[in-house]
Amino acid sequence: MNYLRHVLDHLRKDLRLEWRSRDSINGMLFFALLVVVVFGLAFDPTGYPTTTRQIAGGVLWVALLFASITALNLSWARELRNQVLEAQRMAPSPASALFVGKALANMLFVLVVEAVLAPIFIIFFNLHVLGNAWLLVLILPLGTWALVVNGTFFAALGLRARNRELLLPLLLLPISLPALLAMVQGTTGILTADLDSIQIKTWIEQLAGYDIVFTTICILLFETVLNAE
Amino acid sequence: MEQRTHSLRGIAWLWLGIAIAVLVVGFRQAIFLTPAEATMGDLYRIFYYHLPHAILGLIFPYVNLAASLAFLFWRRRDPLKALTADALAVAAAEVTVLYVGICLATGMLWGKPAWGIWWAWDARLTSELLLWLLYVSYLLLRRYSPSGQAGTLGAVLSVFAAIDVPIVYMSIQWWRTQHPAPVFGPNGGGIDRQFWPPVLWNIVGWLLWGVLIMLFRFALERRRQLAEQEAALQAIEASLEIPQ
Repeated sequence: MNYLRHVLDHLRKDLRLEWRSRDSINGMLFFALLVVVVFGLAFDPTGYPTTTRQIAGGVLWVALLFASITALNLSWARELRNQVLEAQRMAPSPASALFVGKALANMLFVLVVEAVLAPIFIIFFNLHVLGNAWLLVLILPLGTWALVVNGTFFAALGLRARNRELLLPLLLLPISLPALLAMVQGTTGILTADLDSIQIKTWIEQLAGYDIVFTTICILLFETVLNAE
Repeated sequence: MEQRTHSLRGIAWLWLGIAIAVLVVGFRQAIFLTPAEATMGDLYRIFYYHLPHAILGLIFPYVNLAASLAFLFWRRRDPLKALTADALAVAAAEVTVLYVGICLATGMLWGKPAWGIWWAWDARLTSELLLWLLYVSYLLLRRYSPSGQAGTLGAVLSVFAAIDVPIVYMSIQWWRTQHPAPVFGPNGGGIDRQFWPPVLWNIVGWLLWGVLIMLFRFALERRRQLAEQEAALQAIEASLEIPQ
């Protein structure tokens, strides 16, 4: 119960910081929008509706992945100012509470971006969902959490590195590939209605399994990373 | 210390000799003695090199994981032991990248004539590539990390990377796949008795070779660590001297 209170305190702090600056959400939103526009220009989605349905899932997730990478470094760079991170390390609350709070905050930011981006995406790509669109409500948060939980962890891991902007994608992309495969396959299966419900269920289960495994490891190892030297 | 280094050097030369001898026997078995396979002919001979590297490429990550876990355990309790474990972790990671890389390369050389394509995005190939990418990113992280943190951060990433290894192994059973079925194990397809000698000689030979270069790299990393400690000690001593 006490742990939950610490997590909520960290979450509230991060939300308040973001509310006052709105740096992360604005940056992510515009970046993701630009990626969608660039892909739209490159592929001419309105001319080829079938091809568009087949690639739309991939484009959406790649846009979200790259957009969240831009925000994840920022979320830890904030803690470096005025030695806030050193103060966090001395605080008696468990270190993983800081991590969980920040991961939840980043998750909320990316979900906001998704909520704004999804309608724009459907309009620009002229999408008609052929499968059961309600399943996307399950896949989107699971996939987002897979990206955000590892992203927050590796951003903290590379925080003091020489070139942390470069390091985060180098670490995050290989680790995220199984999750990326599952969410793109699941999303594309729903958009095109090519996969039957058992196959989609398998992808969702794999995504959920990935989430559980990596959330556990992140929470267990975060204290080691925070006190690395 | 001098005596110990001397005897270790002798063992290393002996080991190198044995490894080369076994590899020569394995080469003779694989290329000259074993008959050509029924459907694939001489193309099948690349398998004798692909399989040992594939198997060993899945074993060295465990050495890396064990050394990383030992490092995390000893980090606060016994820093000198932790440094030794860290050196072993680096050595194992570099050999992993080498062996998995050779496995991928020989697989592609086989794939072009057998499947007609260099690469298929099937589960096993993708997982193996992922393993290679993970260990390259491990080495990159160590290079970019601030000095003093490379060991800890690398060990944490190693735990993440090692979770990929069981996925590689299980993937062939989980997803439908283009890669041939596993050769060994309870669900393995098995190979004919006459193809056993080249397979076994090559597995043993490449195992001896891999362990040798891993220990060589380990000794090199230990020397680098000791030189670093020596330099740090001298810097502290110099700062303690009272200027005249």
